[in-house]
Amino acid sequence: MSILIGSITVGLILALLALGVFITFKIFHFPDLTTEGSVTFGAAIAAALIIKGYSPALATLIAFFGGCLAGLVTGILHAVFKLNGLLSGILVMTALYSVNLHVMGKSNIPLLSEPTVISHFERYAAAGEEVNILGWLVPQKDLFILGFILLFTALTGTLLNAFFKTNLGVAMRAAGNNAQMIRALGANTKAYMIFCIALSNGLIALSGSLLAQFQGFADVQMGIGMVVWGLASVIIGEALINTKSVGFLIFGAVMGSVLFRLLVAIALQWGMNPNDLKLITAVFVFIALILPGLLTRLENRKKLKKLEYAED
Amino acid sequence: MLKIEGVYKTFNPGSANEVRALRGVSVTINPGDFVCVLGTNGSGKSTMLNAVAGAFPIDRGQITLHNTDLTKMPEHKRARYIGRVFQNPFSGTAPDMSIAENIALAARRGMKRGLSSALSVKKRAQFTEPVRQLNMDLEGRLDNPIGKLSGGQRQALTLLMATWIKPQLLLLDEHTAALDPKTAARVIELTKQIVEKDRLTTLMVTHSMQQAVNLGNRILMLHNGKIAYDLKESDKKHIRVNDLLALFDEIRRKDQMDESVAQMIKKQYI
Repeated sequence: MSILIGSITVGLILALLALGVFITFKIFHFPDLTTEGSVTFGAAIAAALIIKGYSPALATLIAFFGGCLAGLVTGILHAVFKLNGLLSGILVMTALYSVNLHVMGKSNIPLLSEPTVISHFERYAAAGEEVNILGWLVPQKDLFILGFILLFTALTGTLLNAFFKTNLGVAMRAAGNNAQMIRALGANTKAYMIFCIALSNGLIALSGSLLAQFQGFADVQMGIGMVVWGLASVIIGEALINTKSVGFLIFGAVMGSVLFRLLVAIALQWGMNPNDLKLITAVFVFIALILPGLLTRLENRKKLKKLEYAED
Repeated sequence: MLKIEGVYKTFNPGSANEVRALRGVSVTINPGDFVCVLGTNGSGKSTMLNAVAGAFPIDRGQITLHNTDLTKMPEHKRARYIGRVFQNPFSGTAPDMSIAENIALAARRGMKRGLSSALSVKKRAQFTEPVRQLNMDLEGRLDNPIGKLSGGQRQALTLLMATWIKPQLLLLDEHTAALDPKTAARVIELTKQIVEKDRLTTLMVTHSMQQAVNLGNRILMLHNGKIAYDLKESDKKHIRVNDLLALFDEIRRKDQMDESVAQMIKKQYI
């Protein structure tokens, strides 16, 4: 049960990353590889500041803005200098690797004995208390942490949903959907795109900083495979929700992230080799991406067959 | 008043694909003019419209609209003054977004877009009536994504959206060329209604001479990136499709003569 609660918590932390990927990939159809660097960047900033004695909340906030900055660079490379989208992401991701090492000063910062936003909420729980959930005993502190992360992610999702329904937000969605149309209606699509990539990476860095504080360390390698992770969450969410409404898609991305984390936890529990995790994730995303197209083709073939029989 | 003065535009200069699309276009469009722009393929008519809209920077010349210099203004800023409908029915609307959301976007054309709600109940209520007037049974489907609609419906909505806030200039770029004849006639009828209601200054590029004869008060005929004929009010009134065809033939004849004269000169002097 404790593993289950832990998985849901990590799923909800990574849901922020999924929301970031949702913004770039679903709204702007922009596969942003900066993600791999900005997850670590967020973790690095938060960890470095926390061990210097800054308040964890402030460190987390600065991590968010650090991510925004990384996204800003990618956005400018792509929208202003017209670099290929994938290449812009790769360049910033690669540069961030060095930046992250500089920020951290070494390749791994342990945070287990430091105060973090997570440990802050742990304090509210009675030490050693356990709560009985359906017959399982769960440490109270785990539930408090889960509650905090749940609230935080829900709040972020709600704000994001509200934003995408404002005049500005609707115009940004239009910029991803049909740039020519919204330019003709007076929107600066380049500025919109840069803003959205920055916001996306801010959320991703936020996710990274919370993950570091939850797991108790920041590591320079922790970003590897995170793009695919985010994509998997968004795709699962889309399949679950099956609509184009932004609100539901945002909810779906959060659910997708939690569900995917649970699936991984179960698979690991069943004895899957952890080394295979990223391979299996990649294969999963591949299948999820091609499946809808294949299904439609299959369905069309079926319909066609019926049509021919009807003529006989 | 739209003033286009000595506008030149060359695409891909210096390459094998060099196209000298505009070679000194000068024309003044008066407020309330409804101008049909005719011309053969590659005559520069769409390029002229796009130059006014700001789709690309021009090489030389000046474009002013009511004393506002548009020449260096980026496309999205010109949108404050200009409403546009494109040839492709899919270009003017955001397919994954609802009809209401699309209209909400158009209702703020050229204005600041802030953090107020795009689709308040009050705003939505204002959308129904104009959509009903399109007579396309769309007023009950405001929450459906626009991508599910037919080309004609989308083009009618684009037209409505382009004129939602009264533009100082309306640019129609062969906006019925991709529609079937019946739908095209419907959209043209709608165009006429909307333009006449607000006496909008309009530039309409078209391939159809019939449309050019029936609509508007002025015809511009472009050829080789220049204005070949400018038929104003009095001339335009009496003109028929056959007259326009004759003008086209005349342009073609002139072209051929130029070619042969050039060859003759070459033979004699070189």
